[in-house]
Amino acid sequence: MSILIDNKTKAIFQGFTGSQATMHAEQCIAYGTNIVGGVTPGKGGQQHLDLPVFNNVKEAIDETSANTSVIFVPARFSKAAITEAAENGIDLIICITEGVPVLDMIEVIDVLNNNPGSRLIGPNCPGVITPGEAKLGIMPASIHKKGSVGIVSRSGTLTYEAVNQTSEVGLGQSTCVGIGGDPINGTSFIDCLRMFQEDSQTESIVMVGEIGGTAEEEAAEYIKDNVTKPVVSYIAGVTAPKGKRMGHAGAIISGGKGTAQDKFKALESAGVSVVTDLNLIGSKLVELLK
Amino acid sequence: MNLHEFQAKELFESYDLPVSKRGLIRQLSDVDSAIASIDFSNGCVAKVQAHTGGRGKVGGVKLCKNKEEIENFVSSWLGKKIITNQTDEAGLPVNIVSIDELTDIDSELYMSLIVDRADKCVSMIVSKAGGMNIEEVAETNPEKILKLKFKHNDQVSEQDINELSSKLDFNTNQTEQFKKIVKNTHKLFVEKDLSLLEINPLVITSSGDLHCLDAKINVDENALYRQDEISAQRDPSQEDQREYEAKQHDLSYVSLDGNIGCMVNGAGLAMGTMDTIKLYDGEPANFLDVGGTATKERVGEAFKLILSDKNVKGILVNIFGGIVRCDLIAEGIIGAINDIDVNVPIVVRLQGNMSDEGKILLNNSGLNVIGEDSLMKASQKIVELVK
Repeated sequence: MSILIDNKTKAIFQGFTGSQATMHAEQCIAYGTNIVGGVTPGKGGQQHLDLPVFNNVKEAIDETSANTSVIFVPARFSKAAITEAAENGIDLIICITEGVPVLDMIEVIDVLNNNPGSRLIGPNCPGVITPGEAKLGIMPASIHKKGSVGIVSRSGTLTYEAVNQTSEVGLGQSTCVGIGGDPINGTSFIDCLRMFQEDSQTESIVMVGEIGGTAEEEAAEYIKDNVTKPVVSYIAGVTAPKGKRMGHAGAIISGGKGTAQDKFKALESAGVSVVTDLNLIGSKLVELLK
Repeated sequence: MNLHEFQAKELFESYDLPVSKRGLIRQLSDVDSAIASIDFSNGCVAKVQAHTGGRGKVGGVKLCKNKEEIENFVSSWLGKKIITNQTDEAGLPVNIVSIDELTDIDSELYMSLIVDRADKCVSMIVSKAGGMNIEEVAETNPEKILKLKFKHNDQVSEQDINELSSKLDFNTNQTEQFKKIVKNTHKLFVEKDLSLLEINPLVITSSGDLHCLDAKINVDENALYRQDEISAQRDPSQEDQREYEAKQHDLSYVSLDGNIGCMVNGAGLAMGTMDTIKLYDGEPANFLDVGGTATKERVGEAFKLILSDKNVKGILVNIFGGIVRCDLIAEGIIGAINDIDVNVPIVVRLQGNMSDEGKILLNNSGLNVIGEDSLMKASQKIVELVK
């Protein structure tokens, strides 16, 4: 078992024929993921990477019975792409695109609420990988190893850091989910924690957070009452100054809320092992699992 | 992106929100025409226009009774810098002063619209405790902070506003005015892609009317592509020059006070790298995310940017090569160093795709560059080198 995706997942790419989508689709296919086609409006009927291109999501589902979509369209078209996927019954929508306007995301949340069968991961995220089964995203395949650690993270490259360490200590990963760093996203830490808790392959969990917002504090509350598997957490941004926006990520401390210290405190009181040194994620897990 | 107060007030006017009439002064000779453009019978409030709050506490807001007082205020500020508790030590340049018509104030409230991360909607926050530090109120008297959620594209219900108005002790007339303010601020927020709209204070005048005495607006950078009018109002003089320069090259940069320059791919890892440096007793000089495609050009621009900060005594490069190949990044680093003459030690941590090849290239380059494969070792090394 694993969460979200496995070797039965049938995925399409929206924005399939673009250069980024093409490069990453090739790597996902090379990993053995079951990519069944893609959507690029106006290019329906063509073949791309030896797979069929469709004009819209509905045609793609009708022809391929795809249940998952990876979105690579530019930020200004992301709202429409996610909406189209949700309204046509795609179960899992993974939006890699960064820079989606936040008010567009508020509208997307309404769409998702009206289509409860669809789950959105992202936007502004590296995607999802279940090592040895399926890779749907931009993460480097080589650092992953099939195993027992469930990883959920708000940041792309920090996810890789956690993955690399869990591979190096020999534990490997069940599934790794990048939920994205934007202020408003589809899937939360709590959603992933619930799935990891229920997943038999997952024996421990790594949660990588960032300053800003209160998602980590809410996750801590959830862990306290619902998660029995060991959780190791790292929060980036201890040294970030107040009121400064750290890059395209949603990491900003405003009005003294959402500091790393607040998050450490909340997580520790929920029984989570917090590492302040990013380099110790792997070794902390090993210590906990002894 | 931030707007000046006067720009925010112009937007407010176009959404029929009650703000004071004002005149703008960019040079001393503008004072006469600015006075002529408002009702000056009781004097005015002169306000420094800069992207910061806390202006009043450092003399940046002043009641002026006559032309001479305005001229003195303008001469003392134009061309100078304003340093408040919200700016850094360097402060922000003052290029514009506005003079606003006077308002007789009976009481002060606080009102703002924000993107509510927790509830995934736009929310309005309003409090009778206006004018003062609202964060403090939120901490000490949270019951004084009232919140209303907007369902997107839907106005809040008549009943919600009535309830809120009664909690705020508004009379019938004020309730009607409040309804209009709520409706129009929300319209402005959504149509102009704002991430924050703040009125602090929203006042009740001595004649009993609601009036927006101040106006603060932040705009969602991601939506600027569809907000040409707003984009045109950007004032680069109010932004950190290096941060502004970085944006032009699609780099994400924030300057800090330390002496170790950082170049990292990914915002989260960039923060993690800063934290690691600090953990090993170093001080990061900046946050810099070179993004997923660290090409030679971008790496070069990033080096230039880091080195334009004269406090920088060493540089830590931390690249987790996902899809990008570390050997290509190493070539980029070597090329950049050769092109721009770097005189401080550089420690490079390359991990991931083709990292061994990258390290060999760096170590054989004959340059003052040290390759490491763990972030821990790389951080310790650079901290030692800048001591």
